[in-house]
Amino acid sequence: MTEEGKILTDVRDVYASKPGTGIHPREAADHHSEIAAKVVSGALLEAGVTGGQLDGVAVALGPGLGPCLRVGATVARAIASCFEKPLIPVNHAIGHIEIGTLTTGAVDPLVVLVSGGHTAILAFSGGKWRIFGETEDITLGNLYDMFAREINLPSPAGPQIEKLATKSSNFVPLPYVVKGNDVSYSGLLTASLAKLRSGASLADVCYSMQEVSCSMLTEAVERSLAYTRKKEVLLTGGVAANKALQKKLAEMVVLHEAVPRVVPHPYTGDCGAQIAWAGMLALRAGETAEIADTRVRPRWRLEDVRIPWRTTA
Amino acid sequence: MSESLGERLPKLIYRGAEAEIYLQDWYGELAIRKNRIPKPYRVTALDSTIRRTRTLHETNLMHEARKAGIPVPIIQHLDPEDSSFVMEYVKGPTLKDELYVVPSLIRRRRCTELGRVVARMHEAGLVHGDLTISNVLSDNGKLFLIDFGLGDFSNELEDRGVDLLLLNRAMKSTHVKFHEEIFGAFLKGYSMVVGRKRKTEIVDKVREIERRGRYSERT
Repeated sequence: MTEEGKILTDVRDVYASKPGTGIHPREAADHHSEIAAKVVSGALLEAGVTGGQLDGVAVALGPGLGPCLRVGATVARAIASCFEKPLIPVNHAIGHIEIGTLTTGAVDPLVVLVSGGHTAILAFSGGKWRIFGETEDITLGNLYDMFAREINLPSPAGPQIEKLATKSSNFVPLPYVVKGNDVSYSGLLTASLAKLRSGASLADVCYSMQEVSCSMLTEAVERSLAYTRKKEVLLTGGVAANKALQKKLAEMVVLHEAVPRVVPHPYTGDCGAQIAWAGMLALRAGETAEIADTRVRPRWRLEDVRIPWRTTA
Repeated sequence: MSESLGERLPKLIYRGAEAEIYLQDWYGELAIRKNRIPKPYRVTALDSTIRRTRTLHETNLMHEARKAGIPVPIIQHLDPEDSSFVMEYVKGPTLKDELYVVPSLIRRRRCTELGRVVARMHEAGLVHGDLTISNVLSDNGKLFLIDFGLGDFSNELEDRGVDLLLLNRAMKSTHVKFHEEIFGAFLKGYSMVVGRKRKTEIVDKVREIERRGRYSERT
């Protein structure tokens, strides 16, 4: 990543869990350590830079699975100390937001962050990203993954569920739970699985579950949008690739004279570019850390992160 | 009375997240009509059920609140098929807007009063479900609670806690500078009605709900 925000390289090698099982933290961490050297050298090669030419090394310290974060942190510390470059701690969620503003040109958006670990509605205020709404239990990504795991589909399950959903337009009633700007998906998961067991077709359940879950989130976003009166809505994170969610949000934001911004496909999911760009912004603002202060933070709340590089509102 | 306004009625005065609010004439008096509008992003079967159910539910809650002496606008007409109802007109501004412009003493007084109102609502077995300072109207200091669309009949500490959590979050996100002052004043009023012991219980509950959120760091 250059200082101007040009993505020089975004090499990735993503751990895939076996169908019917979730992500196994130790296996995922093993995968990360096996491919780390290849990914790092591949990235430097593709970007055409040497380690000595780097300005700093950005590292995602959280939130996420501890064993996996530790692999990344160890690799980053090694590179930083080897080339004597500053380490820049990055909150993974901030990475999703910043790659979103970079790739869509959004200036002061209401952010809808949907990834495996987050379902949150955010707006920037007083130097930090503030949460306007979020899930009270499992995330939208969890809902799809946990549903898929029960019926033996591989993770991440979003694309498969989306595909199955297109095969039906028969809506079966499922619990729709919006509380203020928050949503709750755990009841929807239980009810969807129960519907399936009582004989409803898989396509019908996928369609209805997707309809209800995405409508719930769209309504929660609409409430936040009416409240904040923002003029842009940025959809970012892995689940942002879901076409049904994109469509619903687009249909909603026009009602409020706002513009939808959706992170383009390769950058919706977790990637190095998001961490690098958030790191670049932090580096320019002088936010570096000593190795001793780069312990991983599996439960790092994004609203705790100071954002000195952003001035709006 | 409505003629003196010199404007053509009904007039759309607010487009909220789920409903349109019209100022209209109601047998010679000004009144407010709340109309839940269809959402293009929801399938029709889901959409019409949600709108109808919420309209009936909301008017029922407001009626119960009124009976318990909680200041809410009086309902004058209900039309479930249209997902709309007509209620008494209460002049604003919203508490959110008022807090921006009034001096510190008034700011605290308003929030203390809000604390008393919310506590009495909870005592009456009702929870609001979407308690923000945008959903409170201040008519020269007399506070009215509006928008019970997500409210419920409940005596659960959990549900009451959610009310306080949402209010605290709304105050924090719009009035960053004096958020602690106004939420503190709110708790003072709340405590006046329910007592210190139960106020502490609910404050602890709010913290617990907050901690339950994903990725909260336990320090």
